[in-house]
Amino acid sequence: MQNSSLDGGFSNREIDAAYAFRALMNAMAKPGTVADITGASAPAPLSAAASTALLTLCDADTPIYLAGEFDNQAIKDWISFHIGAPISTRESAQFAVGRLKDLLPIDGFPVGTAEYPDRSTTLIVEMDELSEKGSVLSGPGIKDTTCFGLPGDVALFQSNSTMFPLGLDFMFTSGSKIAALPRTTKVA
Amino acid sequence: MSEQAYNFAYLDEQTKRMIRRAILKGLAIPGYQVPFASREMPMPYGWGTGGVQVSAATLTPDDVFKVIDQGADDTTNAVSIRKFFEKTADVKTTTNTKAASVIQTRHRIPEDELGDDQILVYQVPIPEPLRFLEPRETETRKMHALEEYGLMHVKLYEDISKNGRIATSYAYPVKVEDRYVMDPSPIPKFDNPKMEMSAIQLFGAGREQRIYALPPYTKVVSLDFEDHPFDPSRAPHCCSICGASDSYLDEVIINDDGGRMFVCSDTDYCERRVAEGHTGVQVSGDAA
Repeated sequence: MQNSSLDGGFSNREIDAAYAFRALMNAMAKPGTVADITGASAPAPLSAAASTALLTLCDADTPIYLAGEFDNQAIKDWISFHIGAPISTRESAQFAVGRLKDLLPIDGFPVGTAEYPDRSTTLIVEMDELSEKGSVLSGPGIKDTTCFGLPGDVALFQSNSTMFPLGLDFMFTSGSKIAALPRTTKVA
Repeated sequence: MSEQAYNFAYLDEQTKRMIRRAILKGLAIPGYQVPFASREMPMPYGWGTGGVQVSAATLTPDDVFKVIDQGADDTTNAVSIRKFFEKTADVKTTTNTKAASVIQTRHRIPEDELGDDQILVYQVPIPEPLRFLEPRETETRKMHALEEYGLMHVKLYEDISKNGRIATSYAYPVKVEDRYVMDPSPIPKFDNPKMEMSAIQLFGAGREQRIYALPPYTKVVSLDFEDHPFDPSRAPHCCSICGASDSYLDEVIINDDGGRMFVCSDTDYCERRVAEGHTGVQVSGDAA
């Protein structure tokens, strides 16, 4: 095991996690708003934002699916050491990390059941940059409308929101930036 | 044992992660009650164990924390919870609604409008709005899944047929984003219209092990009928201390002869108005 998998955890575990969660909560409560989140740094290519989100939310109870270039031994070792989460298949993932193209088709992920819509995957989608320009969003957490540059085909996010209350929830990460798109958000 | 022996904000990190995941799913599915593994807290059920756990998972060292119990900052429950987090999370506390970043509340929404940088945490005794109509969890869960809320309308209709109006005055059911019927916790129905606000609202029910949430600007509609529209009523009086005519009032019995006075339930709001020079009508103590 390389040293890199032992580094990159929170320097002040409880406090860093508390600040990181507030950033995550604000992102999820205010879809399309880009916020800063830092604290953890996993081996490349995992961004600081995605590393921090995983370290804040995941543990042995939350299977993680790694897609594409993120499915590498260095990241697996880092997750194993710092988080202890099992690496899973799409079908049993609570969290999934990857570029959108590698996460497709997204219908392999659990979207919850009618009685337990919370039993659905949260996808952490790594992007080159996050922009508050692009698709027009509306729904809970958004005063009138807001804009966010969604990756890939917007039809994907439109069809996800039609499944409400079932559906997937998205976090978008790039560097130390994060934004979110829960299933309730309507994409124009 | 000194307070240093506790983890930040009392709960251990794994518990906080579990609560945090539930909060995020709650925000993603507004009005849906997310099950969570509620912990034993150093206070009895019914004293805000759900709200305390949600606050513990939410607080950061920069927060300014306020706790109200029926609008008051100075009751036993509010004082104890404030002290609990002063000790375990080392947060600043306040009684000023506008200065607080996280407000934990039992059964009221503050009179002052909350901003988009504030978080309101509710203590919830019974999170299931259908529980008194259908005691089985397996059934109420199906009813939510099938959006089968006819029973709730029957209950409100029975109110009208017995009393001539919808007699439910607190814990008045709401529908969130045209989907889930939700219990707003036992706030007076006077507070219901305020739930469409710019702050994040989190609800924690400790004994019942449920967390639910409302993101800012979520559509929250109080259930009613076309011919019996929702009425956020309040006592037709002014506050005896500050003279406010727009606040929610508590009725206080002041002697054995039926004398009474009405005072603001929100003590911070009332104190500020008094400091600004507002005065109320003196009560004589005679039966009003």
